[in-house]
Amino acid sequence: MAQLDFIAPVSPEQAAAALLAGGAGARPLSGGTDLLVQLRSGRLPPGLIVDLKRIPEAIGIRQEAGGFVIGAATPGIALGEHAALTAAWPGVIEAANLIGSTQVQGRATMAGNLCNASPAADSVPALVAARATCLIVGPAGRRTAPVESIAVAPGRTSLAPGEFVLEIHLPARSARSADAYLRSIPRTEMDIAVVGVGVNLTLDADGVITDARVALGAVGPTVIVADAAAEALIGSKLDDAALARLDTAARAAATPISDKRGTADYRTKIAGVLARRAATIAYARAEKTA
Amino acid sequence: MSDVLERPASSAPLDDGRLKIVGTRPIRPDGVDKVTGRALYGADLAMPGMLVGKVLRSPHPHARIVSIDTRKARALPGVKAIITGADFPELADEEYEAGESASNLRDLALNVMARDKALYNGHALAAVAATSSAVADEALSLIEVVYEVLPHVVAVEAAMADDAPVLHDKLFTGGLKEKPTKASNIAKRNEIKRGDLAAGFAEADVIFESRYDTAATHQGYIEPHACVASMASDGQCQVWSSSQGQFMIRTYCAKVLDIDASSIRVTPAEIGGGFGGKTTVYLEPLALALSRQSGAPVKMVMTRDEVFRASGPTSASVMTVRLGAKADGTLTAADVELKFQAGAFPGSPVGAASMTALACYDIPNFSIVGYDVVTNTPKVAAYRAPGAPISAFGVESAMDDLALTLGMDPIALREKNAVHDGTKASYGPTFRNIGYAETLEAIRSHPHYSAPLGPNQGRGVAVGFWFNVGGESTAAVNIAEDGTAMVITGNPDIGGSRASMAMMAAEVLGLPIEKVRPIVADTASIGFSMLTGGSRTTFAVGMAVTQAAQKIVEDLKRRAALLMDVSVDQVDWIYGAAVCTDVSKGKADLSLADLAAKSGQTGGPIGSQISLNAQGAGPGFGVHVCDVEVDPETGHVTILRYTAAQDVGKAIHPSYVEGQIQGGVAQGVGWALNEEYVFDTGGVMENAGFLDYRVPVASDLPMIDTVMVEVANPRHPFGAKGVGEVPIVPPLAAVANAVRGAIGKRMTSLPLSPPKIRAAIDAG
Repeated sequence: MAQLDFIAPVSPEQAAAALLAGGAGARPLSGGTDLLVQLRSGRLPPGLIVDLKRIPEAIGIRQEAGGFVIGAATPGIALGEHAALTAAWPGVIEAANLIGSTQVQGRATMAGNLCNASPAADSVPALVAARATCLIVGPAGRRTAPVESIAVAPGRTSLAPGEFVLEIHLPARSARSADAYLRSIPRTEMDIAVVGVGVNLTLDADGVITDARVALGAVGPTVIVADAAAEALIGSKLDDAALARLDTAARAAATPISDKRGTADYRTKIAGVLARRAATIAYARAEKTA
Repeated sequence: MSDVLERPASSAPLDDGRLKIVGTRPIRPDGVDKVTGRALYGADLAMPGMLVGKVLRSPHPHARIVSIDTRKARALPGVKAIITGADFPELADEEYEAGESASNLRDLALNVMARDKALYNGHALAAVAATSSAVADEALSLIEVVYEVLPHVVAVEAAMADDAPVLHDKLFTGGLKEKPTKASNIAKRNEIKRGDLAAGFAEADVIFESRYDTAATHQGYIEPHACVASMASDGQCQVWSSSQGQFMIRTYCAKVLDIDASSIRVTPAEIGGGFGGKTTVYLEPLALALSRQSGAPVKMVMTRDEVFRASGPTSASVMTVRLGAKADGTLTAADVELKFQAGAFPGSPVGAASMTALACYDIPNFSIVGYDVVTNTPKVAAYRAPGAPISAFGVESAMDDLALTLGMDPIALREKNAVHDGTKASYGPTFRNIGYAETLEAIRSHPHYSAPLGPNQGRGVAVGFWFNVGGESTAAVNIAEDGTAMVITGNPDIGGSRASMAMMAAEVLGLPIEKVRPIVADTASIGFSMLTGGSRTTFAVGMAVTQAAQKIVEDLKRRAALLMDVSVDQVDWIYGAAVCTDVSKGKADLSLADLAAKSGQTGGPIGSQISLNAQGAGPGFGVHVCDVEVDPETGHVTILRYTAAQDVGKAIHPSYVEGQIQGGVAQGVGWALNEEYVFDTGGVMENAGFLDYRVPVASDLPMIDTVMVEVANPRHPFGAKGVGEVPIVPPLAAVANAVRGAIGKRMTSLPLSPPKIRAAIDAG
């Protein structure tokens, strides 16, 4: 008969050892908003749950070296309540806060959203656009990796046996920078992205875009870093021509499938629409920063 | 915002314009339990020694069941019972009337548990009862089924094709002049005709024709089907379950298991939504059979996945509508064809859809032809005004385009062709006491109808009709020794019926509403009532409650006459007390409490029961106006404003009438915009959960404004008409017509999901 085991270690190293010992059936739990649903539905067989919430580094938001360190088990509601984090990375936070409902926000985490490896994860395009990195703990010690390297296919990650994400790091912000995230869902909330787009921009004193990063969600097996879309913006003041180039480049970068949530044709078009709209929001935000 | 239109004096027998309780808004008697979580729903009951029952369901949409081997599952420790189709009697092919829809008992039994063939993905093949959920799951995995997989068919027109896989080799199309010799998926063809269609179209200055289709949608009740059942060694049964009718559960369990109805006592749990979907059985007969075999109570609760895959949605459909009109808008002819998906067994609501399709219009020449078509999908169940929203989507979309073609205001076009008192309805009877014209006027004169619209915005109007029914009903009123009252009925409270029953009794008895306690009783504690459905409860059961209370008042007057030592015709009942009309006698008034305290001296306990078959339910009409804004780049539709007017007869409790109207609109908007069953090529539903089966969330909807038009139904003591179903009839077309206004293109296929709208815009 199937059995479900649960432990709650207090150090990252204990957690890594438990995950390694637990084998293929072991799963880290931060918010559990995906994990518990998968267990209940039978999609995931019961095994070992390793709760990360008692590990001190896994909880909370710390400002370090001008950037932010976010513990893996920090719920979405805490992100939205952090004034400095929200001011620096409004796109990342609006993406994280779109996940689920108010109740789900009390539990759901960005690290869980990342490691669930859904192509439609809301916070991931925004984190990728932000050039966020992860601190990964495993049996062999600690390493740092860019967020876009975590998911390798729907539901699969690059994490080795025993490894888990302990922290997400957002870099220091330069002046006149801002980000934005938009997603398309058939309803107004409580839904999964049909397309999601994160845009992160830096402007010079004249309003010319000097740096840009565009990430597309739900239009490929993993989040797509659309370099050509970013390049379409650099050197512009986000005029209509730049927006049109962005739209074209975002559509060209998208490689969606048709499924119950939308056709490939629709997703491709919406990737262009949302890229333009998110860039417009990010640009306006960047102009307002000091 | 909500309004009640002022009407001339009511013609209802008890509405003298001085009602103290009916028409007010007291707190509902079941409210505290529901908001505090104390109310007991289907899954809340637990009994000592109770087992967990689970169902093995077909992974194939169409397969012959070659064999089912349960030996390994039986050998698993903790497994106490296993049943298959072989554990049920084979039933005769007979129709059984049960409220809103008739059921074929053989089909009902075969839907509850397959016998030779699995007819849809999710069809029950076997069930187990075990000591725990985990053991039951393990047992299901140990049952070995050998299938001969057969070709399947899902789409309604594909199922009608000559070369379609045939579901039932003994199903021959009914309603044809000659009985066919070849089995078909077309279970029935029905037709309603009047006048000369060809002559009618020949008279027309304008003819408009279009084809429409709608997707299968589920009622989407929050509470999954759930029950506990126990059969004792003497064959006496108890069932606790959530349904729209405890007597319906009793009847179907008795028939499916071939046991006496009087041996089954069904206690209704609180119901967490039904909308017609809980007017049949799925789990209860299985739980009883498992209890019979195991000797222990068995609890069964569906998962959401099971609710979608194995309970009844409503039909997907394909329709054509052709309308002919004079240049002044007078309709001369209408030709409507409806093809409805029934699911695995015959019984789509195409009959009701045909009868309601043109019910708002006075047209001299028309033809309505409907096809009831079986498919390898779950057997459809009733869904709020079954069939009417579907045919209204076609007809009201066509009427909107006709208004555009004629350059007429959409309300004016409907007023020009509206049915009135004395009009012979398209489905047969002659209308009396209808408030349709008043309802059209309520929208035409509403500020919403003339409010300005912005860019990418559109406004849509649609009308809708539902019969409403009465039927067999029982109610009892008992007076306690302190003069307070209990109102006992046999109908689950879905839309606030406890409140309305208590209010009608309180009005007649002259008691404050807090002194009247409404109870929904089990099947052994009150006489028979048809289920809660067809918008019948406030009308029909309310009539029984009122008569039971009136009978008590007559009895109280007799008792008061005895105590006062006057003749009974000298006693009147005024505001809860017996009053001697002959003032010269100097008799003190006797309150209900006084009379209750002395009941031993006047004949014993005070109580009455009324059983009746209520006739004369007034039909209901709704007129809706909806404003939308469409994002032309993403195809998203935002409902900006929605106003629904409806002839409600008399709102017994206006808040719950408004709630019914708002709820019907919300469901209809979901049906219009995003809800649909999505099947993969293998006939498996791809979106069997609330994540991808998209009912509207609160933020998808604006406040829905209601206008209650009160044109009394003289057959009801207070003038009530059924109100629960009408409001889901117009929204599908109202939304589609508003989208037509916003994007300048007609969308003929529901749902109006963003990809479809963007594609339509791109098509230019």
